[in-house]
Amino acid sequence: MRHLLDTKALSRADALEILDVAEDMADTQQREVKKLPTLRGKTVVNLFFEDSTRTRISFEAAAKRLSADVINFSAKGSSVSKGESLQDTAQTLQAIGADAVVIRHGASGAPRTLATSGWITAGVVNAGDGTHEHPTQALLDAFTIRKRRFGTGSRGQDLSGVKVTIVGDILHSRVARSNVWLLHTLGAEVTLVAPPTLVPQDVSAWPARILFDLDDAIAAKPDALMMLRIQLERMNAAYFPTEREYSRRWGLDARRFAVLGTGSMVMHPGPMNRGLEISTEAADSARSTVLDQVTNGVCVRMAVLYLLLAGVRDARHASNQREDAK
Amino acid sequence: MSTRTVLHEADIARALTRISHEILESNRGTDGLVLLGIPTRGVALARRIAALIADFSGVSIPVGALDVTMYRDDLHRNPTRAPQPTSIPAGGIDGKVVVLVDDVLFSGRSIRSALDALQDIGRPAAVRLATLVDRGHRELPIRPDFVGKNLPSASDERVNVRLAEVDGEESVTIEGAAS
Repeated sequence: MRHLLDTKALSRADALEILDVAEDMADTQQREVKKLPTLRGKTVVNLFFEDSTRTRISFEAAAKRLSADVINFSAKGSSVSKGESLQDTAQTLQAIGADAVVIRHGASGAPRTLATSGWITAGVVNAGDGTHEHPTQALLDAFTIRKRRFGTGSRGQDLSGVKVTIVGDILHSRVARSNVWLLHTLGAEVTLVAPPTLVPQDVSAWPARILFDLDDAIAAKPDALMMLRIQLERMNAAYFPTEREYSRRWGLDARRFAVLGTGSMVMHPGPMNRGLEISTEAADSARSTVLDQVTNGVCVRMAVLYLLLAGVRDARHASNQREDAK
Repeated sequence: MSTRTVLHEADIARALTRISHEILESNRGTDGLVLLGIPTRGVALARRIAALIADFSGVSIPVGALDVTMYRDDLHRNPTRAPQPTSIPAGGIDGKVVVLVDDVLFSGRSIRSALDALQDIGRPAAVRLATLVDRGHRELPIRPDFVGKNLPSASDERVNVRLAEVDGEESVTIEGAAS
């Protein structure tokens, strides 16, 4: 794997490989010494043009558990706020000697520009770009669903027949987009639930069913119900009348949580707006995977960094060559 | 390219029987023994040795798998390898006598990686090494304690171990250098 830019182009085999390597990474995190020497001497740059604490520290933890050196670069208070272009920033990182760049950017497509421009030779990981994709979030969600469903027998399994319902601001959500593509590739049936104003204009090409009524979606007893955060900073137009009304019609309150039943897991990518899209009863229950998602996020990001950085650059993976070096 | 079979099914069985007896003898019984196979074929061999030891002594000893991929020193020289599962028996390895089991001992680098991996998991009282085939050409000061077959080979030859659990057949072959 050279870069991880999106899940739309990710094949089923590549997705399963990342999830299976993440299982191995999860095993190592049970050990007395959690740190692996695997990426010693590699440098990972976290290049964050948008604020993010959770994703950045997750990538930072993942890189450090693999013994890579981590440089955090946030746009605030940096050369970028002085007007530096993405090209100049990238070339600076190249000169510093970055082996991988984890980038979050407000503009959709910025990671692809970075990966294909020829400015840098480092591997690029998309950590969220505009309203486009957030592939590692989708991978950790798929990992979490698989782990809850198959337990220790997760390796090699896809999500055939698993019903996943994603609720909230689909319009602005890169998490929803990445999940739609990845979950579909893995065989899951995806349903999206949102107010009509928060559904993108043309979703006819998406491999997902669209509903406007959360109670209908809950009545179908999905295996996983994923509540998206209402990003108040993006609510710059009148998408819904009031927060209270949103919460009443599209929030997972205690009543809906009770109707959902014990067979469904409740997911949330965090940070949660308790009382708005998700109630405390749902968020803190045993069926909630919120904290599992955080733990699994580190393992999935370790797997991605491993697959990007451990082998010879540009060589396609060939695990069956392991016998050669014996 | 010439291929010749150096161990047949019966030879492999005999070698493993001898290794099992030697492990019991050197450890004076089964106390504290833990077998860890190195994936892929070392794990199958470790299970067989454990079964033989159970036959001979009546005691079933813990068996696990120890993947060394993430500890290798040649990762950046090869295409990315997928790690294999590691499973450490419930009793752990602290204070135990760990016997590492591998199919072919060659440069010794896999075993060096295994020693590093062990260090992250716990502190065994002792670590021993059992291998089905020792083909020489060591690059590190590592030697096996229990050997099924010493197999002199040229460094550009290939030694292939095939086991029923993994490959559906049983043999050890040596393949001449491609010419």
